Amino acid sequence: MTMAPERTAVRVELLVDQRWFAVCELTDLTPGRGVAALLPDGAQVAVFLDRSGRAYAIANRDPFTGAYVLSRGLLGSAAGRPFVASPLLKQRFDLETGRCLDDEGVAVQAYVTRTRDAAARGA
Amino acid sequence: MSAPITPSAPITPSAPITPSAPTTMTSAPKAAPPAAPTIVLIGHGMVGQRFLEALVRRNVTEAAARIVVFCEEPRPAYDRVQLTSYFSGRTPAELSLVEDGFMARHGIELHLGDPAESIDRAARTVTARSGLTVAYDTLVLATGSYPFVPPVPGKDSDGCFVYRTVEDLLAIEAYAEHRTTGVVVGGGLLGLEAAGALKGLGLTTHIVEFNPRLMAIQVDEGGGAALRRTVEDMGLIVHTGVGGKEITADDAGAVTAMALSDGSSIDTDLVIFSAGVRPRDQLARDCGLEVGERGGIAVDERCRTSDPAVYAIGECALAADGRVYGLVAPGYEMAEVAADAIGAGEPGPVRGTGFGGADTSTKLKLLGVDVASFGDAHGTADGCLDVVYSDSRTGVYKKLVVGADGALLGGVLVGDAEAYGMLRPLTGSVPPVAPEQLVLPAGLGAPAALGPSALPDEAVVCNCHNVTKGAIRSAVADHRCTTVPEVRKCTKAGTGCGSCVKALTALVNDELEAGGVSVDKGLCGCFAYTRAELYEIVRTLRITTYAQLLDSHGRAEARQGDGCEVCKPAVGSIIASLAPTLGASGYVLDGEQAALQDTNDHFLANLQRNGSYSIVPRIPGGEITPEKLIVIGEVARDFGLYTKITGGQRIDLFGARVDQLPPIWARLVDAGFESGHAYGKALRTVKSCVGQTWCRYGVQDSVRMAIDLELRYRGLRSPHKLKSAVSGCARECAEARGKDFGVIATSTGWNLYVGGNGGADPRHADLLAQDLDDEKLIRLIDRFLMFYIRTADRLERTSAWLERIEGGLDHVRDVVVDDSLGLCAELEAMMAGHVTGYRDEWAETLGDPERLRRFVSFVNAPDAPDPTVKFVPERDQVKPDLTILSGPTLPVRTLEGTAGR
Ligand SMILES: Cc1cc2nc3c(=O)[nH]c(=O)nc-3n(C[C@H](O)[C@H](O)[C@H](O)COP(=O)(O)OP(=O)(O)OC[C@H]3O[C@@H](n4cnc5c(N)ncnc54)[C@H](O)[C@@H]3O)c2cc1C
Ligand code: SF4
Ligand code: FES
Repeated sequence: MTMAPERTAVRVELLVDQRWFAVCELTDLTPGRGVAALLPDGAQVAVFLDRSGRAYAIANRDPFTGAYVLSRGLLGSAAGRPFVASPLLKQRFDLETGRCLDDEGVAVQAYVTRTRDAAARGA
Repeated sequence: MSAPITPSAPITPSAPITPSAPTTMTSAPKAAPPAAPTIVLIGHGMVGQRFLEALVRRNVTEAAARIVVFCEEPRPAYDRVQLTSYFSGRTPAELSLVEDGFMARHGIELHLGDPAESIDRAARTVTARSGLTVAYDTLVLATGSYPFVPPVPGKDSDGCFVYRTVEDLLAIEAYAEHRTTGVVVGGGLLGLEAAGALKGLGLTTHIVEFNPRLMAIQVDEGGGAALRRTVEDMGLIVHTGVGGKEITADDAGAVTAMALSDGSSIDTDLVIFSAGVRPRDQLARDCGLEVGERGGIAVDERCRTSDPAVYAIGECALAADGRVYGLVAPGYEMAEVAADAIGAGEPGPVRGTGFGGADTSTKLKLLGVDVASFGDAHGTADGCLDVVYSDSRTGVYKKLVVGADGALLGGVLVGDAEAYGMLRPLTGSVPPVAPEQLVLPAGLGAPAALGPSALPDEAVVCNCHNVTKGAIRSAVADHRCTTVPEVRKCTKAGTGCGSCVKALTALVNDELEAGGVSVDKGLCGCFAYTRAELYEIVRTLRITTYAQLLDSHGRAEARQGDGCEVCKPAVGSIIASLAPTLGASGYVLDGEQAALQDTNDHFLANLQRNGSYSIVPRIPGGEITPEKLIVIGEVARDFGLYTKITGGQRIDLFGARVDQLPPIWARLVDAGFESGHAYGKALRTVKSCVGQTWCRYGVQDSVRMAIDLELRYRGLRSPHKLKSAVSGCARECAEARGKDFGVIATSTGWNLYVGGNGGADPRHADLLAQDLDDEKLIRLIDRFLMFYIRTADRLERTSAWLERIEGGLDHVRDVVVDDSLGLCAELEAMMAGHVTGYRDEWAETLGDPERLRRFVSFVNAPDAPDPTVKFVPERDQVKPDLTILSGPTLPVRTLEGTAGR
């Protein structure tokens, strides 16, 4: 397994088990879309960038179908909060909390994210 | 309104009833209690059904009365007025006038295919062909008419038909196959409809009319001349002032020719008699009821015959005004009057006046010919004057008859009956503008279209159902109808011959506007505009990005936001389809476009339930070489893909991981395949049958046409997917009438059908134009598709679009065939831009390393396959291993009507 190269300016990090884990570079992301990434324990996360350049991450598994596809949904915002709509059956998930907007009882794990200058890393 | 009428034959309990035989559509257990009176209806045609509905509305069913219906035809009542639409794709089931479950719900016993054969008025019984005898308290005759067949020798030969029932049409259609020529005897309204139908079946068609002009009853001499020109321009051959003298047949008894009274003769395979109708009054004669000298069961103003227990309604009745009406509207009126009389005392409106006569306005429903007459068309009133506009170049003739006091009395419109919906309701009143302005074509001093706002409230807008402007306004204002379909349902206006729909639509819109009703038709929570409006905004303001559109035209609360999953792909598609016009990049993976597309468009493949994708290479027209078939087989084998032949005549390959898409497509592109756009809201396939090249029935090369069309429109982004098909003859093996645009070969060219749909909401496509050559066909499809793309709502198939847009098919025909909006050049130019700008999306993607970067399962592990996409064997192929995913299955969230959130 090759990890992403470590040179470019800004990287996206998630808080996993109290530690910051770098998943990709900011330039790997397109505003309005997501990518899937693997965590060290093999779990899959979906990482998104909104229009203003903020990154979000939630679990990649769509709880309604069991398929690992949330990273392929379309981003949107409702009442100022960003969401992703599952590409399969279109349920929406709040990107900050992981809560499903169309079914109160359902939620996916949400991760805290930050973007870091590569230079600032280690500092 | 006067006091309720007491029927002279009050309903009283009758003697025990002969038990009824088991029947097709009854609900015996729900039959009325033994004390209830029995109403027997003979004839389940248009008026008969209307009578049953009238009884139901007055609650004269089940508990109040036992109702027994004898129906001669093998099917329940259907829309005879629209009979000819069978040839443009309406199925007999679609023509039905009887709502599902109507008979059962109201406990009505309907005996299909069992005509009444005798009436015993002394015993008050009716006996049917099956032997079934039913006792009645009240008997209603609604037996309609039969077509009159003149006594020409040979009239019973094989190949001689009449034009009255669905069965007649089925027989004509079957007989016309492989035959080349047909004659219609009678150049009246029905004869012209029949002739149009024969023409549509590909026959060389003659019309033989005894009178010196066509439609002699409805139009005057000038109108007849204009009509003749129009009809001849359609390719029909008209013989006026002559009659059929003899029909000759071959040894087998099949028609071969028809000799005419002027000594000439027409070689023909088929003859349709359409020389008028006669009331079916034989049953009444046999039982001694009074009938008119020239036929028709004599009735009074309450529709009672000479026996007060027997009523007659519809075309079989000779009304109190001494006329037999051959139109449906007066028949409906009689049905209501009779139901009133029979059910008097029951709740429901009671008419004080009864049936005393009716309007005989008509409009011809013939493709491409506009003919209408209304009121006193021949100007018979004392001191009346004609106002005539005639232009023989364009075949337009309009005449209005104006009374001495300036009131509009009637008129004839040929070649341009646009104003009919407005003029007819004005009949009897003094028009708001000078009559000459009403006949002038737009632009020549005519008022900018006289709107229905000019009509008084009591003007009858829908003649078929006698609906006034006031009733329509009240449907909107008091019954809260907010759409034309709702108003149609509520008032029945526009559900008869359809000629009033234009006026109706304008009226409903005016009324909605006046009431300040604003329905949020916005696309979603982000945009208050409809898709069609956004399309216009993007086109005229040349907006090339979604963000630009959202920030300038989004709802205030949505600006600067991220949009939503509803409007992003919709706007993406609008920009993509306008790309050649806007000079934007049409490539769906470029720049911001990448973030707008649904996942399928994003990966140029179709996402399946376990996160894998399917791959569909284009196979134009369904034609494929053995070499290409082998490549598909090898690719599927090498990548372990599941293969299935689709309904669209191509091959789907299922089960590819996202990272496998580029290598799979590299091999397919190498072998000459292109993207099939199965993932996009775009043209899918153009199916074809083998056509003339191989099939013994074929009359054109349907495969070549299908390939041409598929290559022309491939990649065209539209509000929803587009499907098409081409059949090589009228047998229609390619099922073209189930498609958004379908083409069926005729001996002289192609017929184009539009608005068809399969799936959950099937609809047969409607005939848009016929006998087109290749070039005309393609030009017309260009215009049609671009007009649809421009005006349809998001995810609105052509079928729903045609049903929704104002004016329906006629309007679309006006725009794309007659260029009434002057749009055609622009529509064609846009399609030309699409055709030249087309590039294969997969070939482009493979050539661009930047674009290929997204085809990885994990951004931080580009070489790792997704472990959750796994397969297990089934029937020698693979299927998704769902145990890995095992989760609950939940319903799909609907995306419709999202404006609220
Ligand atoms: C092609 C065509 C186009 C037309 N276009 C128009 C138009 O544009 N506008 C317009 O106003 N009108 C039009 N008409 C006329 C319209 O269809 C009739 O006015 C209308 O159908 C009359 O209804 P009805 O119930 O009286 O008769 P029908 O609809 O003919 O029904 C009579 C029924 O009674 C049945 N019957 C007869 N005898 C018996 C028996 N002994 N036992 C049981 N059943 C029996 C018949 O089989 C038939 O089904 C058109 C007619 C045709 C054929
Ligand atoms: S539709 Fe095509 S295949 Fe069917 S009979 Fe006609 S030409 Fe032959
Ligand atoms: S006038 Fe025929 S449907 Fe309204």
